[in-house]
Amino acid sequence: MTAIWCDRCGVARAEGDHTACAAARELEPPRYCPDCRRRMKVQVLPTGWSASCVEHGTLSPR
Amino acid sequence: MADILDRARTQVLERGVGLDESDILEVLTIPDEDLTAALQLAHEVRMRWCGPEVEVEGIVSLKTGGCPEDCHFCSQSGLFTSPVRAVWLDIPQLVEAAKQTAATGATEFCIVAAVRGPDARLMKQMRAGVAAIREAVDIQVAASLGMLTQEQVDELAEMGVHRYNHNLETCRSYFPNVVSTHSWEERWETLTMVRESGMEVCCGGIIGLGESVEQRAEFAAQLASLAPHEVPLNFLNPRPGTPLENQPVLAPRDALRAIAAFRLAMPKTIIRYAGGREITLGDLGTRDGLLGGVNAVIVGNYLTTLGRPATADLELLKELSMPVKALSATL
Ligand code: SF4
Ligand SMILES: [Zn+2]
Ligand SMILES: [Zn+2]
Repeated sequence: MTAIWCDRCGVARAEGDHTACAAARELEPPRYCPDCRRRMKVQVLPTGWSASCVEHGTLSPR
Repeated sequence: MADILDRARTQVLERGVGLDESDILEVLTIPDEDLTAALQLAHEVRMRWCGPEVEVEGIVSLKTGGCPEDCHFCSQSGLFTSPVRAVWLDIPQLVEAAKQTAATGATEFCIVAAVRGPDARLMKQMRAGVAAIREAVDIQVAASLGMLTQEQVDELAEMGVHRYNHNLETCRSYFPNVVSTHSWEERWETLTMVRESGMEVCCGGIIGLGESVEQRAEFAAQLASLAPHEVPLNFLNPRPGTPLENQPVLAPRDALRAIAAFRLAMPKTIIRYAGGREITLGDLGTRDGLLGGVNAVIVGNYLTTLGRPATADLELLKELSMPVKALSATL
């Protein structure tokens, strides 16, 4: 499924330009669930991170 | 070469005496053509008074977000519409983070919580967490839990926390522009108690909060008068939703000026590259800083943002022939 929402700013990916968001995401974990735009619970560890949405489960680094 | 660098060579390099506020300001405003010489001198000062070792540290957030304070740079304040949600690590996750940190060769592991000061729940979690880490991992444990009472200072020292971080963030005169929910003096009080307890004092701040260059010099002089064991130097990484979200990122040359100036103000202190170095100085900045006065790094990720991979820093240290400070050297 392609993501509907920008996982950094929470705005619809189809709306506006998210190039800056994509660049920033190199050095940030996601904050919004790409499927439902809920704010996710994000944990950053020294060598990784996880981000979870109550509805859509947990994301981690690719 | 600029006069100030001649003076600094005699006073700081040869005698180990840090520059005063007006001399720090001269370094912070040194012309572009003298910047390389300033960084070179800062590097010589670091090698002479601290040696080639680099102290490597990992940090982790035990309690993220939902802080009642309003530090204008911070994405963890509950008072702004930042996307960072409140969340706690459990003890097994904390031990895992310490293990990941130790695996990089780091000797320091700092546990951080986004709070005004610890409550009973946090102190209890710290007690269990520090004990579990000491049981499972060979690493020094540091903590950063905000403002402390005397009882909490004593308790942390007794748990075996060897260093306490509490940043002044910026100089005294600019602090009220950045934080309204507590004062610079309250932070200073905690630092005084920590020092008297025998724990090592770690105190730094953030460059690029909108302070003037004079205020940056004031800040370096105030830190020097505190004489902390370690100074973490952060550069503002403007966070979405915070009052400083539109503050421009510091110009790379000004960040390098700050590194040289802080080293020349504090020749014998551990100066650590902390947050914002990637966004301010890019990949090459880490090298420039390590050859310009910095002698410690935070490796891996930060509290809410990501760093470059620990391996990239460790390879660079190898290339620069700067050994990672060993645990035996810190115990
Ligand atoms: S006290 Fe710490 S966590 Fe809380 S808003 Fe200030 S910097 Fe952020
Ligand atoms: Zn976006
Ligand atoms: Zn979701």
